[in-house]
Amino acid sequence: MFPRPIENTAPATQVLYKLALPVALILWLLPLLGVAMTSLKPSSDLAQGNYFGLPSYLAFSNYADVFNNSPIGQYILNSFKVTIPTVIGAVAISCLSGFALAVYRFRMNLVLFFLFVAGNFVPFQILMVPVRDLTVSTGLYNTITGLALFHIAFQSGFCTLFMRNFIKGLPFELIESARVEGVSEFRIFWYIVLPLMRPAIAALSVLVFTFIWNDYFWATVLTTSAETQPVTAGLYSLNGQWIAQWQLVSAGSIIAAMPPVLMFFLMQKHFIAGLTLGATKG
Amino acid sequence: MTGSATTPAIAGTQSDNRGIWKRNQRALAPWVFLAPGIFMFALYVIYPIIASMWLSFYDWDGLGAKTWLGLDNYVELLDDDAFYTSLYNNIIWLVLYMLAVPAGLFIALFLNQTVMGIRIYKSLFFFPFVISQVVVGLIFAWFYAPNFGLFYNLIEWITGTGIAVLADDRYVTYGIIAAGLWPQIAYCMILYLTGLNNVAPDQVEAARLDGAKGFRMLWHVILPQLRPATFIAIVVTVIGALRSFDLVSIMTDGGPYGSSRVLSFYMYEQALSEYGFRMGYGAAIAVVLFAIMMIFISFFIWKMVRDERGM
Repeated sequence: MFPRPIENTAPATQVLYKLALPVALILWLLPLLGVAMTSLKPSSDLAQGNYFGLPSYLAFSNYADVFNNSPIGQYILNSFKVTIPTVIGAVAISCLSGFALAVYRFRMNLVLFFLFVAGNFVPFQILMVPVRDLTVSTGLYNTITGLALFHIAFQSGFCTLFMRNFIKGLPFELIESARVEGVSEFRIFWYIVLPLMRPAIAALSVLVFTFIWNDYFWATVLTTSAETQPVTAGLYSLNGQWIAQWQLVSAGSIIAAMPPVLMFFLMQKHFIAGLTLGATKG
Repeated sequence: MTGSATTPAIAGTQSDNRGIWKRNQRALAPWVFLAPGIFMFALYVIYPIIASMWLSFYDWDGLGAKTWLGLDNYVELLDDDAFYTSLYNNIIWLVLYMLAVPAGLFIALFLNQTVMGIRIYKSLFFFPFVISQVVVGLIFAWFYAPNFGLFYNLIEWITGTGIAVLADDRYVTYGIIAAGLWPQIAYCMILYLTGLNNVAPDQVEAARLDGAKGFRMLWHVILPQLRPATFIAIVVTVIGALRSFDLVSIMTDGGPYGSSRVLSFYMYEQALSEYGFRMGYGAAIAVVLFAIMMIFISFFIWKMVRDERGM
């Protein structure tokens, strides 16, 4: 293990390390802690210049204000409506294409694979105008469907890369012996490979959920009204309305950040497995 | 074969077709599996790239007729100060963003212990990556805010005068990059933590017996084993730097006076903002950004292909 385990060092170092941990953490999360605290301050505190001290009382009313006086509830709902279909669509498509690229040998295999990988890295701006046009001309501009369709298509690049590498790691003999038995390719996919992909599906779902929830660019390009905008774009327009009302901006930010944060803490193992796929393979 | 019954879409209509399917199942199956993925990806990614390149030779407001301009959009770019500002800022982003890689490694080394509660520390350190860049932008805007921002006051306390980072064209880009580094360092940290988990313990012990320790150990024994993690950390950091849009849009909207623009933001501004719908000119900017990114993407793909062949 590197660095040397702290248990094997001098007692003074051990104490120092255990003190350094919380201090470093507080420094690291200082901006976030500040915002969390601001979100609980009554506006009178900010008016009197109490920016750094503890709130004079815990004003949970800020959260109630945000929900009652802004469409943030609608924004959150929109975010879910975009994110959940995207997760299902992108994961389903990539199970299929990942299987195809991992299991079959054919001439275009690597070319297609790297097309998916490369497409996943391109700047959004090169897609922006044609994608917007396409969405407008199909009547899907400023709809949740239009936004979700684009996300499904774009995410399928990353997801295919992920699924293909995952299936490559499965024992190929399973498929071979099934073929010898005369099992059809579709049954092999459905009954043999798909059940083994469960951890990959879980990891990818959590990851795509976070990516799509946090998307801001496409939300601003493809949606315009409070009925369709997800919470990232919504928060931006609310920020324009709440000038200098930092307690509201902070509360809104915390509300918007909650779903992916909860997802992360509940599904931490899957999340990290997904994110670090390939970081260990030699 | 038992399987033909489960493929009603392809087989099942005519016995001829079923024969063809049966005989060529292994060759046709990958294309059936790939069809939805290829269709969506071609429609929403491949076609738009080509369409943008084509559009960059036109003048178009998004609604009316397109006028052929040839290379005029690109010629105009060469004389556009805002374009150079954006390009220059992109370079600063790219260079400074790379700090996330060593910083992530540093934090990972700091946290790679097994004391009580370390798992919670690791997840809390990772926290900034999970939250949206919109929220990160707002958090840092508050952090930098003149008069009452934490950072403003800290600087004022040290130097006597505070700095309104986001309103000062000398510091604004650095201020935004610092905000971007926060989640990016967390990302690199988690990549390295996973990598460190998989470092072969026997090699570390052997090196330790040979008297290796500290930085020499890190450089000669640990880092070579962390190469896959480093590669991915560099890829995601380069792409992240060149994709920077959200933070610029949230924190400054390109200001003050356009000094914090980057190419991705400038493109958006030209093509879709209230200043006008110059789709063709925007597309030309996007093509330049795409070309810059292609240099990196090609290198990454080249390396991945090499690894793939080696497997």
